[in-house]
Amino acid sequence: MENRASGQHISHLFDEEMENVRHKVLTMGGLVQQQMEQAVLAFITSDQELAEKVLQQDDTVNNLEMEIDHDCIEIIARRQPTAIDLRMLISVIKVITDLERIGDEAGRIAKMAIRLDATDYYHDQYHELNHLVEMVKGMLNGSLDAFARMDIESVAKITRKDEKVDREYTSIIRQLITQMMEDPRNITRMLDVLWTARALERIGDHACNICEHVVYIVKGDDVRHLKQEELEHKIKK
Amino acid sequence: MTEQKTHAIDMGSIAKAVENNNENPDTCIQVKDLNLFYGEKQALFNVNMEMARKKVTAYIGPSGCGKSTLLRSINRMNDLVDSARIDGKILLDGEDIYDKAVNVADLRRRVGMVFQKPNPFPKSIYENVAYGLRIQGINDRRTLDETVEKSLRGAALWDEVKDRLQDNALGLSGGQQQRLVIARAIAIEPEVMLLDEPASALDPISTLKIEELIHELKEKYTIVIVTHNMQQAARVSDYTAFMYMGELIEFGPTNNLFTNPTKKQTEDYITGRYG
Repeated sequence: MENRASGQHISHLFDEEMENVRHKVLTMGGLVQQQMEQAVLAFITSDQELAEKVLQQDDTVNNLEMEIDHDCIEIIARRQPTAIDLRMLISVIKVITDLERIGDEAGRIAKMAIRLDATDYYHDQYHELNHLVEMVKGMLNGSLDAFARMDIESVAKITRKDEKVDREYTSIIRQLITQMMEDPRNITRMLDVLWTARALERIGDHACNICEHVVYIVKGDDVRHLKQEELEHKIKK
Repeated sequence: MTEQKTHAIDMGSIAKAVENNNENPDTCIQVKDLNLFYGEKQALFNVNMEMARKKVTAYIGPSGCGKSTLLRSINRMNDLVDSARIDGKILLDGEDIYDKAVNVADLRRRVGMVFQKPNPFPKSIYENVAYGLRIQGINDRRTLDETVEKSLRGAALWDEVKDRLQDNALGLSGGQQQRLVIARAIAIEPEVMLLDEPASALDPISTLKIEELIHELKEKYTIVIVTHNMQQAARVSDYTAFMYMGELIEFGPTNNLFTNPTKKQTEDYITGRYG
C-alpha cells in the first residue's frame, strides 16, 4: 500500500507542494539529528569550537520551522486538504515543533560543553552518558525514518526504548548522587552531567511524539498518552 | 461576433507600443479608471488593476458584484449589450482595446473566451477545433491535423478522443466538452484566455482536471478566471481580486489574500461571514 500523503493528486502542483513540505521536514530532521550528535560529542570531548557550531545551526533550524509552518498554512488556505492530506499537514506542524525543541536541547548541551571547557575538570569523565546517548540517537534516527517512510511497524520498538531511556536516566541520577556524596567537589560537574542527561531524556520524549504523529498520519488514530501495551494494540489493529 | 472588419489592427504599432510602454514588461493587461454603465445603472466603479503576463488572475465576489462584467470588458463582449457604456481604459500590451482603430474580431482572436456552459458546435470533434483556423481561411490538411492534435493535447483531451475525432462533439461528457472548447480557443493561439466560471457546471473530478489544465495553460497564456467558488480561486490563481458592488476591494497575490487579507470586507467574504 502506498502510505505517503503525497503523490497521485489530479493536481500535480498539490503533489509538489506536499512533497516539498515533506522534504523540508526531513531536512530539518537531519539538521537537528546532526546538532544533537555534535553537541554530545562536543560535551564528551570538550570541543568548544564544535559546540559553537551547534549553537549557530540553531538559526537555520528555527528559520526552517517558520518556513514549514508558513507553507502548511498556505496549503491549508489554498487547497482545503482533507483526510490523509489534512492529517499530514496538521501533524507536520506538530512534528516540527518537536524537532525545534530537540534542537533547543542540543543547544543546551552545547552551552554546557562551552562552560565546562572553561573549567579545569577532567574532560574524559562523562562515560556515564555513553549508553544513554546511544539509545536516544537510535530513537531519533528511528522516528525520522518512520516519518520518511510513513512506517508504523517500527513505532512500537522506538516507544519501548523510551521506557529503557527513562530507567537509564534514573540510574544515572542515582550514580551521580553517589559520586556527589563521595566528593562534594564534584557537585558542579555532576550537575552539568545531570542536565545533559535530562536534555537527552527529553530528546527521547520528542522522538516518541514524532512516532505518535506518524501513526496519526497513517492510521488516523490518536495514540498520544497511551500505555505501551495500548499503543501496540492500536497499531496492530 | 458580428462586427464588421472596418478598422484593420496594425500589429506593428502594437509591437512598438509594447516596446515604448515598458514600465512593467510583465504586465499584460492594465485596467485604468474603468467605469461601466448599463443604461442608468453603474456596474463598475473606478476599477484600476494590472494583470501579469502568463499568470492566473482570479476574480471573486458575490453575485452581481461586477466580476463577469469586468471579465467581459477585456474582450469587449459588453459591446454586444446595447445599453452598455464604458469610461476609462483597458490596455492590452499597452494598447487601448477601446481605441477606434482596434478591430474587435482581431482583439477576440488575441483574447479567447470560455464560458460557464460548454458550447461545442454540433460538428465533429475535429471540426470544432479546426473551426477557428478554417474561418481564417486555412484549409491545408496537414496544418489542420497538426493544430488539432496540438490543441487537443494542450487541453489534456487528446488521449481520450484521438480514436474518435470524427465523432460528434455533443457526444462527449460535460467535462470533456469544456476541455474541447478550451482546445478550440487555444487552436488560434490567443495571448489571453478569459474563463467565465469554466467549471461550475462540472462534477468535482472534471473540475479538478480543468483546474490542472489551467495550471498547465499558464505556461503559454495569460489567464483571467471568474469563479464564484472561492476555493477554486485559491487553488488555481496566482493573483486574486475581490470585488463587491462593482468596486475592486482588494487585489493581490493569492497566498496573501487567502491567509492574511488586508481589508475586513475581504476577510468577511472569504471566511463566510458575509453574504
